Amino acid sequence: MGYSFDFSVIRDNIGLFVAGALLTFRVSIIAIAFGLILGIAGALFRTSGNKILNRITLVYVEVIRNTPFLIQLFFIFFGLPKLGIRLNAEESAILSLAFNFGAYATEIIRSGVESIHKGQIEAGMALGFKPLQIFRHIILTPALANIYTALIGQVILAVLFTSVISQIAAEDLTFAGDFLNSRTFRSFEIYFMVSLFYLAIVWMIKGMGYWVERRFFGFAKYSRR
Amino acid sequence: MGDDFTLGRIVLNLLIATKWTIILSLIAFVVGGIVGFLVMMMRISPIKPVQFLSWLYVEFFQGTPLLLQLFLAFFGTSVVFGINLSPLAAATLALTVFTSSFLADIWRSAIEVLPKGQWEAASVLGLNYFQQLRFVILPQAVKLAIAPTVGFLVQVIKGTSLASVIGFTELSRAAAQINNVTLQPLLVFSIAGVIYFLLCYPLSLWSQRIEQRLT
Repeated sequence: MGYSFDFSVIRDNIGLFVAGALLTFRVSIIAIAFGLILGIAGALFRTSGNKILNRITLVYVEVIRNTPFLIQLFFIFFGLPKLGIRLNAEESAILSLAFNFGAYATEIIRSGVESIHKGQIEAGMALGFKPLQIFRHIILTPALANIYTALIGQVILAVLFTSVISQIAAEDLTFAGDFLNSRTFRSFEIYFMVSLFYLAIVWMIKGMGYWVERRFFGFAKYSRR
Repeated sequence: MGDDFTLGRIVLNLLIATKWTIILSLIAFVVGGIVGFLVMMMRISPIKPVQFLSWLYVEFFQGTPLLLQLFLAFFGTSVVFGINLSPLAAATLALTVFTSSFLADIWRSAIEVLPKGQWEAASVLGLNYFQQLRFVILPQAVKLAIAPTVGFLVQVIKGTSLASVIGFTELSRAAAQINNVTLQPLLVFSIAGVIYFLLCYPLSLWSQRIEQRLT
């Protein structure tokens, strides 16, 4: 192998990667927050019994889940200006990622809501729980405990998806790598290190998720199996 | 204006490119399945170093963006090994490895969910490790694994869209190119989206139906 690895190019430009990572974080957090709101709304529509809301949400979910994120991103970034809405790269990225995450979140939250047995609610009423107490202790908390793992998994997928926004020139972590690659052509070192940065982010999310799970949902360990 | 590109020609061009989307998806899924099976076997192996290597492989390819894996396959290999992989070859390599890591994980979960009693009963019957797998464990694991595996095929098809970034002319790249010429993104990307939907939705439905039949 006539190639000599030179990882110093990453060390020398670490500021570039930090700036990119910050944008990745920013886009991820805002998009996931909005996506969660969409997901809760979607789950409510799906379980409301209202046929029209159910249908609309179903169409939304299935369209997003069966088309690539890249196409959704291009549709919003290139298509919306044609309707007069001008968003920059970062805003388009947040919007598309929010819609994308929202669809998956809808299904995850819906499965959590539907996992609560009617008998649990009836038992609560029989025991004299007030409606708000029923919602908080019998519906919300166990449902969250059940879907928590799936939700964290989807969050990780969303963060990994943010790498795609580099394609509309949003200056994220991947874009930083692309930029440096076009300058120095140290493709392997750069893309390998950027991959490791993402891996570190994923492990951080998993770790935080695990900590939150033990702290808030520790009780669920016994009832879930 | 787009007078060279009537609706019919746009659709035709996109459909021609779709052929490559399908080819890439199938190769990645089949070869990825074979490699994934090997990785899964390593992951459940009682030999610790083998298990660790497999764990590392799965963690890396599940925890890093597919886009970067494509870049490593396309740019990284040409720089390190001096071989210039074509976009098709690089996309195949990256998607195959990506698929193998996810399938290995799906199949490993299907096996680990089975009660330990199955393994013990099989061994009491005098079967060795591989016979236990072949006659007792895998048949049961396959039933559990079919729905998520079919579901993952949908992810593979969607993943091929990223191959457009390294210059492989499949559906997404064709759509982007046609958009550059006709400047009708809403139309072009909608049609591309519809084609992807037609490819993916039947598989999604099938996967959901299999899952319902099991519960």
